[in-house]
Amino acid sequence: MFEHYLSLSLKAIFVENMALAFFLGMCSFLAVSKKVETAVGLGLAVTFVLVITVPLNQAIYVGLLAPGALSWLHADLATVDLSFLNFLTFIGTIAAMVQIVEMILDKYAPGLYGALGVFLPLIAVNCAILGASLFMVERNYSLLESAVYGFGSGIGWLMAIAALAAIRQKLRFHNIPAPLRGLGITFIITGLMAIAFMAFAGIQL
Amino acid sequence: MASKRARALIDPLLDNNPISTQVLGICSALAVTTQMEPSLVMAAALTAVCAVSNLSVSLIRRHVPANIRIIVMLVIIASLVIITDQILKAFFFDVSKQLSVFVGLIITNCIIMGRAEAFAMQNGPLDSFLDGIGNGLGYSAFLLLTGFCRELLGSGKLFGVEVLPLTKDGGWYTPNGLMLLAPGAFFIIGFAIWALRAFKPDQIEAD
Repeated sequence: MFEHYLSLSLKAIFVENMALAFFLGMCSFLAVSKKVETAVGLGLAVTFVLVITVPLNQAIYVGLLAPGALSWLHADLATVDLSFLNFLTFIGTIAAMVQIVEMILDKYAPGLYGALGVFLPLIAVNCAILGASLFMVERNYSLLESAVYGFGSGIGWLMAIAALAAIRQKLRFHNIPAPLRGLGITFIITGLMAIAFMAFAGIQL
Repeated sequence: MASKRARALIDPLLDNNPISTQVLGICSALAVTTQMEPSLVMAAALTAVCAVSNLSVSLIRRHVPANIRIIVMLVIIASLVIITDQILKAFFFDVSKQLSVFVGLIITNCIIMGRAEAFAMQNGPLDSFLDGIGNGLGYSAFLLLTGFCRELLGSGKLFGVEVLPLTKDGGWYTPNGLMLLAPGAFFIIGFAIWALRAFKPDQIEAD
């Protein structure tokens, strides 16, 4: 049983890396990767929110939205299918969770709050978070599986953005053609990193 | 006034492109562009959602308190995306399956959120609507360019119709498998940005 969860998290970290295999959370991935410290801070915040929101959304989906999920309320409701509301519910959960996490950190961990600063509210529109919840529905994860999946995909994203930031810091000392500087070369580096991560594809865990 | 509106429509195509200049909405631009057909559907869906959400946000901009505006915008955008998703499922079921979670991810596509926040909150409904269409078109241009290169070079087809005869069917073209994979999209967009900035030097980043 333990191996199942271990392989699920390894798969989420390496084989199905959110950033380099599915291109999720790309906007902040490219925009906030100029320095390693800020990149790691954002990665930690994303992981934190993913670990909370994916299982929460799983519970909401199974308990309220999935076809026939409302049968526990009343037998007549067994035919009700609210799954078309999942986008609205998930994004609501995520926005609310980000807000709550922000308030908790502000009160109990002001140091961490200061370090994450502007990145916390930005996470609400990071597509890696919503994407993980939608993948969770597509793959029918259980509550524990979705917690492990959320953790794994968060760590994978953190690793990818930290690596990209480290490469970009080195690039400052290189002579890149002017029109390619900044965004252009970042795209190409990310492409090369994605090729490296493809080595993990096809590994069966 | 007319020229200002025309600018709102045309500016995002080259001078202020959402992808190459504003760095918004990258995720879906990379993920759905292996073929022309899903790219086209995605581009149309995004343009429609962006225009309508800009219009609605602009209409209620004077009645929304500033501190809850993000959640209000997200609700508007999410409702529009649900409608889009249902329409796609009803009329283009195969493409909708191919796009999988990326239709839902239009909600978090930063182009829509960014334009609602940066433009529609300050401008009138008509200007905002045009700005939405303009940015949608700028995004579409990039999406279609990437989709064109990837499908043509990756599988020798356009819209699923064979253009370059493949070697395995007795033709001369050996498909470049890299283009169909994730990294191919990064390279194409990277080079496209290079070309665009060589052509428009004022967009070069100071670094």
